[in-house]
Amino acid sequence: MDLKITDSVHIKNQKIFHGKEMIFSAKPSADIIQFLKQAYKYLNVSYPKFHKMDGLSKLGILGTEVLFQNRTIHPETALIFSNSSSSLETDKLHIEAMGDIVSPAVFVYTLPNIIVGEISIKNGLLSENVFFVTDKFNAGLLLDYSEILMEDSDVPAVVCAWIEWKNADYDVFLCLISRKGNLAFNKENLEELYHFENE
Amino acid sequence: MKMSDLRTELKRSIIEQLNLEELEVDDIANDEPLFGDGLGLDSIDALELIVLLEKDYGIKLEEPEQGKKIFVSIDKMAEYIEAHRTK
Repeated sequence: MDLKITDSVHIKNQKIFHGKEMIFSAKPSADIIQFLKQAYKYLNVSYPKFHKMDGLSKLGILGTEVLFQNRTIHPETALIFSNSSSSLETDKLHIEAMGDIVSPAVFVYTLPNIIVGEISIKNGLLSENVFFVTDKFNAGLLLDYSEILMEDSDVPAVVCAWIEWKNADYDVFLCLISRKGNLAFNKENLEELYHFENE
Repeated sequence: MKMSDLRTELKRSIIEQLNLEELEVDDIANDEPLFGDGLGLDSIDALELIVLLEKDYGIKLEEPEQGKKIFVSIDKMAEYIEAHRTK
């Protein structure tokens, strides 16, 4: 099957890259809360629900805003997401609150796959989605799952993602996979793209 | 506390607790519907409002259904709080 890596986005170390071009950077001293607020404003996102989300979902919303901009996204575009720390940061917040009255708004984000729901709602997607928790970025897993999905069904495109948030660090990599583009969708290219901002 | 002060306090708490970051106190009318076409709050927000009543005013709603009659507007919430608050 002739699949291509159509586009990609990285978010890490207070910076957002669209492909290999840096489109936004905050001060290195900006923590994740400050960075997310500044990036939301810079990208001119108008979505009040954003402010209610946990950090993981906010990273996913901002990443897909960049990936989907100036594009018509088919509602059947599948989401194949992964990370290592699951929803750990929000889990910790929830546990801290357990001595008192817990917050329902925090509790709802104590699952990592909430992020794919938030992205689907925001973008009107009615598609397949999955969230894998793996030790590290696994290009082979994302490749295999995407190929199976696109070969065996009418899925026109896939967003493969690694969205990790642990302590103060975040590492986001999103790839739009479709039949358009010049870069072949294979393990080597996927790993090279991921490591571009991680070297 | 005056009712007008309670209403302002409520608006501040709701903006903070529900992360309505794009709203200011003056943007919320006292009689504006909190759900639906008004502020557009959702079901999770309703649960947060139940938590807010208990934490800030010592009011424990036994039945979540009660919320439908209380969380109509800032006016209705303030009236209920004034009549039932324990702190």
